[in-house]
Amino acid sequence: MSGSYYVPETSKWPALGSAAVGVMMIGLGVVLVHGVGSLIMALGTVAVLAVMWFWFRDVVIESRQGLYDAQMDRSFRWGMGWFIFSEIMFFAAFFGTLYYVRTFALPWLDGEGAKGIATLLWPDFTASWPLMNPPDSSISGPHDIVSPWQLPLVNTLFLVTSSITLTVSHEALKEGLRATARNWLIVTLVLGACFLIVQGVEYYEAYTHYGITLDAGIYGSTFFLLTGFHGFHVTIGVVTLAVMLARILKGHFSRDDHFAFEAGAWYWHFVDVVWIGLFLFVYVF
Amino acid sequence: MAPKLPPQHPLEHSTATTAGQAHEHDDHHHYGGPGGIKRWLLTTNHKEIGSLYLIFSLSMFFIGGIFALVVRAELFQPGLQLVQPEFFNQMTTMHGLIMVFGAVMPAFVGLANWMIPLQVGAPDMALPRLNNFSFWLLPVAFGLLLSTLFMPGGAPNFGWTFYAPLSTDYGPPSTTFFIFSLHIAGISSILGAINIIATILNMRAPGMRMMDMPLFVWTWLITAFLLIAVMPVLAGVITMMLMDINFGTSFFDAGGGGDPVLFQHLFWFFGHPEVYIMILPAFGIVSAIVPTFARKPLFGYASMVYATASIAILSFLVWVHHMFVVGLPLAAELFFMYTTMLIAVPTGVKVFNWVTTLFRGSITFETPMLFSLAFIVMFTIGGFSGLMLAIVPADFQYHDTYFVVAHFHYVLVPGAIFAIIAGVYYWLPKWTGHYPDERLGRWHFWLSVIGVNLTFFPMHFSGLAGMPRRIPDYALQFADFNMVSSLGGFLFGASQLLFVAVLIKCVRGGEKAPAKAWEGAEDLEWSVPSPAPLHTFETPPDMTSQAPQRH
Ligand code: HEM
Ligand SMILES: [Cu+2]
Repeated sequence: MSGSYYVPETSKWPALGSAAVGVMMIGLGVVLVHGVGSLIMALGTVAVLAVMWFWFRDVVIESRQGLYDAQMDRSFRWGMGWFIFSEIMFFAAFFGTLYYVRTFALPWLDGEGAKGIATLLWPDFTASWPLMNPPDSSISGPHDIVSPWQLPLVNTLFLVTSSITLTVSHEALKEGLRATARNWLIVTLVLGACFLIVQGVEYYEAYTHYGITLDAGIYGSTFFLLTGFHGFHVTIGVVTLAVMLARILKGHFSRDDHFAFEAGAWYWHFVDVVWIGLFLFVYVF
Repeated sequence: MAPKLPPQHPLEHSTATTAGQAHEHDDHHHYGGPGGIKRWLLTTNHKEIGSLYLIFSLSMFFIGGIFALVVRAELFQPGLQLVQPEFFNQMTTMHGLIMVFGAVMPAFVGLANWMIPLQVGAPDMALPRLNNFSFWLLPVAFGLLLSTLFMPGGAPNFGWTFYAPLSTDYGPPSTTFFIFSLHIAGISSILGAINIIATILNMRAPGMRMMDMPLFVWTWLITAFLLIAVMPVLAGVITMMLMDINFGTSFFDAGGGGDPVLFQHLFWFFGHPEVYIMILPAFGIVSAIVPTFARKPLFGYASMVYATASIAILSFLVWVHHMFVVGLPLAAELFFMYTTMLIAVPTGVKVFNWVTTLFRGSITFETPMLFSLAFIVMFTIGGFSGLMLAIVPADFQYHDTYFVVAHFHYVLVPGAIFAIIAGVYYWLPKWTGHYPDERLGRWHFWLSVIGVNLTFFPMHFSGLAGMPRRIPDYALQFADFNMVSSLGGFLFGASQLLFVAVLIKCVRGGEKAPAKAWEGAEDLEWSVPSPAPLHTFETPPDMTSQAPQRH
């Protein structure tokens, strides 16, 4: 009298996945603290990726066997939706940091308000944003900044366009126009890859020409924190969408059963919206 | 209402106890999967995963407890007695971290795993494999955390709040590993919470509306929301620490234009909702137990739901009450003082509803009820000391003294922990098919109540008199209070061994429990046999005809 909701009997991926995560993190920790152990870290990372591969593979197989009913589909939707919400909160912490530093921390260091006491430490400090001269002279700030109207603007165009092309692809999939869906998805992927390349160029310029580095005081810190984690998420998005492309090519997905694609699209739009925030608050204002 | 399920053999291992023994007695009659340790590694079953969580939590409770006893032993008398100050700091830090992230949170997740599918009539959690992943991340995380004790420079020594720059510039080398262990535990919490929300929103039996759900389910729904909202912020702040330590950034370094106070804002934006994460499910448990043993429906079901939701929303607006003395604009101090006091209103609604449920009930005092009643009284004491701390000028005096320690231990030990224990006594018959031993249970209860109050009540006085927290030595005038606290601490610790005895006895045997183990119990879990078979509600029960009892 088994019900229709599919509950897998057992699976080795969760336990192996945790072990892999453990190896990866221990490896990374040993690298950071003792400067050795990159092999452990690499092994752990490969293991994590392998587990993800096999785990998702199981899910795809089950899905194609028709084991999932409408209720299962809703579970996936809730799961993905709340996962994206958690990602939003992750970025919220970083945007909050940027806001706090600019609105409170730096003016206070400059002697504004009742907290002017900090001026005793660094009487010569003047607050500015981007912060070119950090209070402590041992920390050398950036000597130039990235102009928003060059590479960042190009990247904004790339990502916004890619969100549109992805939507076109999705609509095509819903209409059953698989070739169209495939083509627009390829365009999306190309745009995503272009974004990452441009970001790489920008990082190179930041480090070599502008002196924007991780240790260039709070401007460099927030710059790389926000753009770095965003770039990492774009990478995840590109990989996800690449898998979706592979699945379309293999003949997966039907007009009304393609939640994996949709989840990837949700994620991509999320990454896009975060970028708009970055463009405005990291580069423009 | 009971869906007629065929009675099945007891599954001895589906209980919240003693992993060691349970393995030997596995009963494989209805189970085709792998046996032994592999079974626990590979399982996707919400009951087995719930048991794993509970066993894990219990072991962490004892490890964290031993650390606390090291602290109390050192503080038994003034002067440096047993341990070096450096090690003392490691003990307070590890105690706090392990109790919060390793004992209390996993215990609630374990109870959620066991009970939410049973209470909403679902065949399992919404995403069973993810569920197992969430659990197995925990041993990895806490193995890593505990291993820092053996690393050069020792374990984290900066308190469970790990304020920068104490943790960044001045922390031991193991801080990086501490950060990673918290990352892993955080991922576990987020994934667990996603699963719980999806289960509650999507897996309810047909006909069960949101306002028909038991309060334990409601409180967990809101808790899961809090977890998903604030665990990522914790992940963010520890990531920034990691970068400050290893990559030369200056988030929390004023010399580079950052701000150590920023750390505190981010930490407490997580930290205050976190304390509600540790108490809301407790409210749910008590709201199940009190009506059962008062034999009356819960008073004010809807107001309980709204009160829980308002507490959750307010909990995002009060974090600065932990930072009143850090140096903030007056407007901020006032704003956060008032919002903090506002939280007492919905909290008061809850206490009022429990008391009113008791009013003119035909009350009996089985062990779960004893722990719940003690919860109501002593949690309220903790709430009152919280109100005192909320008053800014008063907090200038109390902050960082033992008064704060008294406050949060009243809400967490006779609060959260008593509720967990009450829940375990209450649901043990469902898990094992046997009633827990009443006599031992009463001993456990009374010794715990006495132990808790001996430990933490004197801390109000030593704190008001000015004794600072997190210090291995103290002035002579605090000696008597501290001696009492230490004696109480050891009494409380020792009485928890009775709990283990009760659990083992209950798994092994004892008076047989029927499906509806408690006369006044109404929720859906009491319609399946005791012990609950491995698979329940594979076909969901139809709740449409079922008139809700709550209103
Ligand atoms: C009426 C409700 C409450 C109020 C008004 C309140 C207020 C406060 C205030 C103002 C502080 C900061 C004291 C200081 O550091 O100077 C504090 C600390 C604390 N509270 Fe509460 N609280 C309440 C309920 C709770 C609950 C329900 C919990 C947990 C279950 C809790 C756990 C804590 C913890 C853990 C700390 C100390 C954190 C630390 O510094 O290590 N509180 N509370
Ligand atoms: Cu608080």
